[in-house]
Amino acid sequence: MKLSKLLLSTVVASGLMAATSLANAAGDITVVSWGGAYTKSQVEAYHKPWMAKTGNKIKSEDYNGGTAEIKAQVEAGNVSWDIVDVELSDAIRACDEGLLETIDASELPDGADGTKAADDFLEGTLHDCAVANIVWSTIFAYDSSKIKTEDGPKTVADFFDLEKFPGKRGLRKNPKSNLEFALMADGVAAKDVYEILGTDEGIDRAFKKLDSIKDSVIWWEAGAQPPQLLADGEVVMTTAYNGRIFNAVAGEDKPFEIVWDGQIWDLDLWVIPKGSKNKELAMDFLKFSTGTEPLAAQASYISYGPARKSSGPLVGKYHNKDIDMGPQMPTAPDNLTNSVQNNFEFWADNQDQLSERFNAWLAG
Amino acid sequence: MSETVLAQQNSDAILSTDGIPLKQKLARTTRKLRMRAFLLTLPLVLFLVVSFVLPIGQMLWRSVNNPAGSNVLPVFAELIQDWDEQGLPDEPVFEAFVKDLQNAREKREIGKTVGNLATRVNYEMPGTRSLFTGTGRKINKVTEGPYKEALLKINKKWDDPVIWRTLKRVSRDYTPAFYMAALDHKYDDQGKMVPADDLYQIYVSNFGKTLWMSAIITFFCFILAFPVSYLLSTLPMKASNLLMILVLLPFWTSLLVRTTAWIAILQTEGVINDILVFIGLVANDSRIQMIYNQTGTIISMVHILLPFMILPLYSVMKTIPPSYMRAARSMGGTPINAFRRVYFPQTIPGIAAGTLLVFILSIGFYITPALVGGEDGILISNLIAYHIQKSLNWSLGAALGAILLVIVLVFYWIYNKLVGIDKLSFG
Amino acid sequence: MNAIKAFFSNMKRRNLYFLIACVVVLLITQSIAVTLGFIFLFGTPLFFMKELPLYASTGERIWQYTYLTICTFIFVFLITPILVIVPLSFNVEPYFTFTEGMMSFDPSAYSLRWYKDIVYNGMTNPEATEGWWADMWNNAQWIRAARNSFFIAICSTILATTLGTLAALGLSQPNMPYRSLITSLLISPMIVPLVIMATGMFFFYSDVGLSGTYLGIILAHTTLGVPFVIITVTATLTGFDRSLIRASQNMGANGLTTFRKVIMPLILPGMISGALFAFITSLDEVVAVIFLADVEQRTIPRQMFSGIKEQISPTILAVATLLVIMSIGLLTIVEMLRRRSERMRGLAPA
Repeated sequence: MKLSKLLLSTVVASGLMAATSLANAAGDITVVSWGGAYTKSQVEAYHKPWMAKTGNKIKSEDYNGGTAEIKAQVEAGNVSWDIVDVELSDAIRACDEGLLETIDASELPDGADGTKAADDFLEGTLHDCAVANIVWSTIFAYDSSKIKTEDGPKTVADFFDLEKFPGKRGLRKNPKSNLEFALMADGVAAKDVYEILGTDEGIDRAFKKLDSIKDSVIWWEAGAQPPQLLADGEVVMTTAYNGRIFNAVAGEDKPFEIVWDGQIWDLDLWVIPKGSKNKELAMDFLKFSTGTEPLAAQASYISYGPARKSSGPLVGKYHNKDIDMGPQMPTAPDNLTNSVQNNFEFWADNQDQLSERFNAWLAG
Repeated sequence: MSETVLAQQNSDAILSTDGIPLKQKLARTTRKLRMRAFLLTLPLVLFLVVSFVLPIGQMLWRSVNNPAGSNVLPVFAELIQDWDEQGLPDEPVFEAFVKDLQNAREKREIGKTVGNLATRVNYEMPGTRSLFTGTGRKINKVTEGPYKEALLKINKKWDDPVIWRTLKRVSRDYTPAFYMAALDHKYDDQGKMVPADDLYQIYVSNFGKTLWMSAIITFFCFILAFPVSYLLSTLPMKASNLLMILVLLPFWTSLLVRTTAWIAILQTEGVINDILVFIGLVANDSRIQMIYNQTGTIISMVHILLPFMILPLYSVMKTIPPSYMRAARSMGGTPINAFRRVYFPQTIPGIAAGTLLVFILSIGFYITPALVGGEDGILISNLIAYHIQKSLNWSLGAALGAILLVIVLVFYWIYNKLVGIDKLSFG
Repeated sequence: MNAIKAFFSNMKRRNLYFLIACVVVLLITQSIAVTLGFIFLFGTPLFFMKELPLYASTGERIWQYTYLTICTFIFVFLITPILVIVPLSFNVEPYFTFTEGMMSFDPSAYSLRWYKDIVYNGMTNPEATEGWWADMWNNAQWIRAARNSFFIAICSTILATTLGTLAALGLSQPNMPYRSLITSLLISPMIVPLVIMATGMFFFYSDVGLSGTYLGIILAHTTLGVPFVIITVTATLTGFDRSLIRASQNMGANGLTTFRKVIMPLILPGMISGALFAFITSLDEVVAVIFLADVEQRTIPRQMFSGIKEQISPTILAVATLLVIMSIGLLTIVEMLRRRSERMRGLAPA
């Protein structure tokens, strides 16, 4: 019968397909990062050189931060991620919960100028289970073709001012940064933010401030969304990761404007989930990518500051345009006038509670 | 006892050709046939038990079993059970607690860390997570007794008996706490069941919303399906076959394709808004929000589920002879009366089948609300997925799932009673 | 009750009116298009498909036309979303909407760039002349997803059809014990909410090491496809004259021959359409894939899901258009089979 022949041939064909995809698996690692322009910068600066040097392959996967997937994989005993780019508070938390492999910082290569790794990395960028690669920041941005720059928003309070700047706002669907923004907009000085957030009244105050714009908010999850929301005219201003806005401006000539007032800067770090099947390779990739040159190379693709001091002098211009990268970094002095560093201890301890409250608040 | 003896004893029984009483032979053959029929279904039954029933069973078990307490604090978990809940526990209990914590901190075994314990206690006593993780970081400084004082020195909050009562509850492996949480209840300081704080009451209202939205969706599906099914069942075969394509094509088109299509149509920069702006009904800067809310969920789900209403209705209506209506009319009934008293009652089996099926399917919908529901258009399935994938409160997700499963099974049972599962068909 | 109140307070009245207004506008504009479409497709508008008796009164005529208009609207509602995406997928702009150029049929407003993107996206070097095919086959994201989708769908279809057909044969025997109980069990994967099933499988399959493997997803999809096979195969067996089996056995055929020569031809249409249902179910399924698969097993719907959630590009519309074309093909096969089966069993005039 013809049908059975057909079936037989499909079975054989699919078996072959499975076999080839299994054969590919050797020498592969899965590198997980935040997608879009950021992952692209890592692909150019880390992945491609590493693959060329070692002959191994990298599977790149996107996620939207948080420790949930790592925890689910580790606790369910089925780890498919080999190395993950996480925020500092999440790295600390996951390390405390035993979800990560410990990383010996002394194994990291010295800086290009010969400085020992421990001295070359910026203060606070090396941890038990994590090694930082970049400094990034949460800022807010608007479309200068819709709001003129002269009378555009200047301060974080303007973001919450629906009368002066009517229209939708984009915010990350996560209490982190939003609560800090809300307090700063409510008149709290940058240095006092976490002290006030440590009290129940402070949290109530932050949520109350968020309440004032809740009906006008479009929530985003992936870092690639905010520039898209601005471009589509879905929102008039949105919080975003600074590099994404910069790349939309530099790479796609979008008329976006960044407001640095009240920026919340943070680190991104590499971590290796406990039980990774390719731990050795992942570690090799980690050492390679946090070297002086790859970190400096990444800064020419996206405006995030390298975590090594020795990379600083190598940072030059945007990879295919005449734009100096230095002033675009979160750590440029002009951008730091009114800023906070994300308090990783506060978020490591309170993320769960505040997420729960935040979700109840969203649903209510 | 051999069969021939038996046959001789009942000598008046009718024998089959091989000398066995016919009745017995029949029973044996029937048994063999029953066995054969059953054996045919056996591979699939076994397959489903392994791939489907066991996993769900294990998930239900997880909703009452959460051994985080005794995993992290094995010695303490035993000792605390003898505590009378008055004042603070005794020194040996504190000693066990400190040593268990040190041990957990030392080993950092997966699923047995201070963080796991902190998470578990935090479910029942929100706001205590940092107390546990903070103490965990300092616990190795305690080297000798008295352990009670040492612990209080690390953090004053250990003075609170409520924490120890909660720890006693958490140390038991089986707990109703997650069902309580799923029904918006919690333990109070005395360990009694009370409604949860207003801020955190979201599950019961979401169950309500899920049922209510499913009812609305079912209603709209019915309103839209009835006239179409009637038309299809009364048209000549050729025409109805052609029109049926318009019903079956959406049915065969990917759910994601249809959801994408609705996003393209309904979003603020989408087709409808563009048309409205173009003809001047709506100003360009006040485009209507039709998606990422309940409206979006309802419109797309009605579209997706409509074929599930049309097909059963159509198959029932097709069997109603048109002569009944003509007879009613010729006996002097007005068209409305004839329809109401003669035609409509005969469609009820189809209506029951269609509405129940659509209702059951919409209660469990996940993808469409997740993509077009925004914040207020999400259903209970989305909350379950949130707890399984994001918050990782697996026991709460399982408890919510169990409640949803019970609701669905009740309607499935009603469906089985009213319609019969074997009446299900497509196209 | 709170939920009901909340629902009404959330649904802003103004929005509701607007909504009704837009639906009306959409229906009017589209119904014109559909009437034309009907004429094009069937040679006649819907109004003339259903003839009225000559003696019908004016009232009846008005009612009839109103009724047919309503039906036209509903058909429009059913089919528009599927048709709308087709032209949008040829948009030259990266938007989800009709541009002015498209409305005025300016050829430069249309392009195949999103179809090219399906192939190019993820390739290391789409411009290369050498090794282009291998690059596309191994690296292009959508191609990889398509390979996964078809591999999983084919395997789970074979499993589901085999197991389901056997079970349906058993269930349709007059002597089947616990028939209703077992039927309910075998149909329940269709009824139990997907999230519950996927959650259960996520934990269980992780424990036994099946999570993140092709086999795990194939098992999940087989489970989902089984009810369809059972329903369609059972349907072909209803009204089956069992004396045919005895006749065949009387004439000396053994069990296998009877199955091959008598039962098989009868249930084959049911089997094939059941298999197609199982196939399309697997091809369309995304919840189990979200819970069970890792990057390696990413399928087309999974790729679409994250695309829609994060960064909507018209590439998704291009993929959607291809899927619609495939649905049309499958639907055609199923319809042909159904009619053939009805003819064979004498249920419908040939």
